[in-house]
Amino acid sequence: MIFPPCTRRGEFVLWRDYLLENERRFVADDIHKILPVAHLQRLLDALSAKGYRIVGPTVHDGSVVWETIRVVADLPIGWRDHQEPARYRLEQTRSSEIFGVVHGPQSLKPFAFAPRESLLQIERTKDGFATHQMAAQPEKVAVIGARACDLAGLAIQDRIFLKDAYRDPYYAVRREGLFVIAVNCTRALSTCFCASMETGPRAKAGFDLALTEVDDRLLIDVGSEAGRQVLEGISLFPASEELIGEGATSIDACARSQVRRLDRARLPQALYDVHEHPRWDDVAGRCLACTNCTMVCPTCFCHTIEETPDLSHQQTARARLWDSCFTQEHGYIHGKNIRPTIKDRYRMWLTHKLASWIDQFGMSGCVGCGRCITWCPVGIDLTEELSVLLASSNRSSVAGRPVEGR
Amino acid sequence: MFNPDERQRPRLAVVKFASCDGCQLSILNLEEDLLALGRTLDIAYFPEASSDMRPGPYDIALVEGSITTAEDAHRILALRQQTKVLITIGACATAGGIQALRNWADVESFKRAVYPSPEYIQSLSTSTPISEHVHVDFELWGCPIDKGQLLRVITDLVVGVQPRLPADSVCLECKRRGNVCVLVAKGLPCLGPVTRTGCGAICPGMGRDCYGCFGPSEGARKGPGLPPNTTSLAGHFHSDLQLIPIEVMRRFRGINGAVSPFRAESDIWEKKP
Ligand code: SF4
Ligand code: SF4
Ligand code: SF4
Ligand code: SF4
Ligand code: SF4
Repeated sequence: MIFPPCTRRGEFVLWRDYLLENERRFVADDIHKILPVAHLQRLLDALSAKGYRIVGPTVHDGSVVWETIRVVADLPIGWRDHQEPARYRLEQTRSSEIFGVVHGPQSLKPFAFAPRESLLQIERTKDGFATHQMAAQPEKVAVIGARACDLAGLAIQDRIFLKDAYRDPYYAVRREGLFVIAVNCTRALSTCFCASMETGPRAKAGFDLALTEVDDRLLIDVGSEAGRQVLEGISLFPASEELIGEGATSIDACARSQVRRLDRARLPQALYDVHEHPRWDDVAGRCLACTNCTMVCPTCFCHTIEETPDLSHQQTARARLWDSCFTQEHGYIHGKNIRPTIKDRYRMWLTHKLASWIDQFGMSGCVGCGRCITWCPVGIDLTEELSVLLASSNRSSVAGRPVEGR
Repeated sequence: MFNPDERQRPRLAVVKFASCDGCQLSILNLEEDLLALGRTLDIAYFPEASSDMRPGPYDIALVEGSITTAEDAHRILALRQQTKVLITIGACATAGGIQALRNWADVESFKRAVYPSPEYIQSLSTSTPISEHVHVDFELWGCPIDKGQLLRVITDLVVGVQPRLPADSVCLECKRRGNVCVLVAKGLPCLGPVTRTGCGAICPGMGRDCYGCFGPSEGARKGPGLPPNTTSLAGHFHSDLQLIPIEVMRRFRGINGAVSPFRAESDIWEKKP
């Protein structure tokens, strides 16, 4: 895995550069091949034969969630999702489209960064205590249906959990077994803005296989040696220039159709400059501090540690749970809460995501998937908040200017 | 808080006021852990479980139910005097419970409507939480409580650490569990965003909306934090989910309707046309 180099404060490594770098590695001997949709089961069977548990999007409670699948019919055939702020609806179109649902609330995050991870079991012994490190059982999991934004999110999580001295063994063991079959997006949701973040809609790196659904055919790109091996023994057809062009055109059209965008040009500094903007009070009036935006975000990595002793006080179990900067405890330091109000917390979230993340990791903490917009119970849209926050700083960087025109 | 090596096991009392006994049943439902509890604590008073009822003083008292009669108002004072650590269990004891709906109504008319001889019924005009009468050390929310949370608090007290009762929203746990949000995907008026965690987000896990049985998230009564932003959520129920004002009012005036953030929100929507 290659990581974008960390930069000096204020410099921004474009995703494009990062992706191009990886593209050279993976796509060098990439062969566009065709798998007829009618033969998709052969791919699933090949994965099973190699010992993978296959996970794909399945219709559940009005959306899609990742579940173990066996046959193509388990996938959300004919379904499409419609997403807008605080609203998600599925529609059955009666088409034979297999990957018509763009995404549900879950990104690839839970596969490697588990929502609840057992870390340690500590037991009292005769002369002290013994500690047993819990580790997830290594498992080969093939995820089919990940999107470009999901891959970009996973790459950010890799950067956080696997780099150098900070390599997290729990994450690593789950990540190791992951095989990703991406699907290039040919339809954007109203909430998508991956094009402006340069993370999608085409999956460029970080996948083992990538599919583009063009009518009843799947164009296949190979992204890794493991991907190539899975395809051995499946008869594929050569793709005509015309079909490759058709696939590329739909992906481009998807990018152009995106109605939301995020103006990154003056980040991170521009956001630091508006630290005292009145818009923070406005959004605090709407925000519930419910944590949903951080839970669905593919890149958020905050977690808390929970200790569960047993009543006989002979042993205790330690686990790691997803946490969020919207909780009261997240802002708690010795004797004081540094983020008591919702305003403090929303500002923390947006500023970390879009600005200080760049200083911290050399890249944006947002990949433009739009999940936080859809799954916010009151539909708060970070692209809108940012544009209002930065609109007035365009004219002047004097903090605290009233917002106009809304 | 208690010395675990002490020969004397801490003495536990489980005391009932106006309630349905569901929270006490949660204790009995601890199954194997109940045996461990019996080994760790001396269960001195628990009429629902045993006719061996011994008088105080008690180290820990678990109090179920709200105060609805003059007699109960005296009984809780006496219990407090005999108890080191008093823990309320459930929405009734912690918030007044569903019976606190009477606080908005005329109890005398209820008596006349229900009982043939209403003059025999002695009842206060309000149902109030234990904390309005005596000092409460820890409050467990829920209708009923989560038995795991109860066990955890007792374990912490026995081991001697400050019990940790998270005040996060139900949504946090809902997402950890991988539920699909019923508010966003089905348009149901879920109270999860303003409700305290503790139940494991079981209602959204079954495809239905949370009705707030664990009470308001952070800042409801004790500890740091602000009251939850019920104003924003109620406004969304009305303007986007198309609930009419009386429906919004009823969302907040339920099992925990008498707790200030929910009470204030329901009062606002009651007045709207
Ligand atoms: S901040 Fe929102 S749009 Fe950006 S990656 Fe996270 S969930 Fe997606
Ligand atoms: S935005 Fe908040 S929850 Fe997400 S990584 Fe940053 S501090 Fe953590
Ligand atoms: S922005 Fe929306 S999802 Fe995030 S904490 Fe606020 S209300 Fe919840
Ligand atoms: S279903 Fe309810 S509790 Fe779960 S995330 Fe949605 S609003 Fe929150
Ligand atoms: S989801 Fe809400 S109503 Fe259901 S048990 Fe939990 S707190 Fe109570």
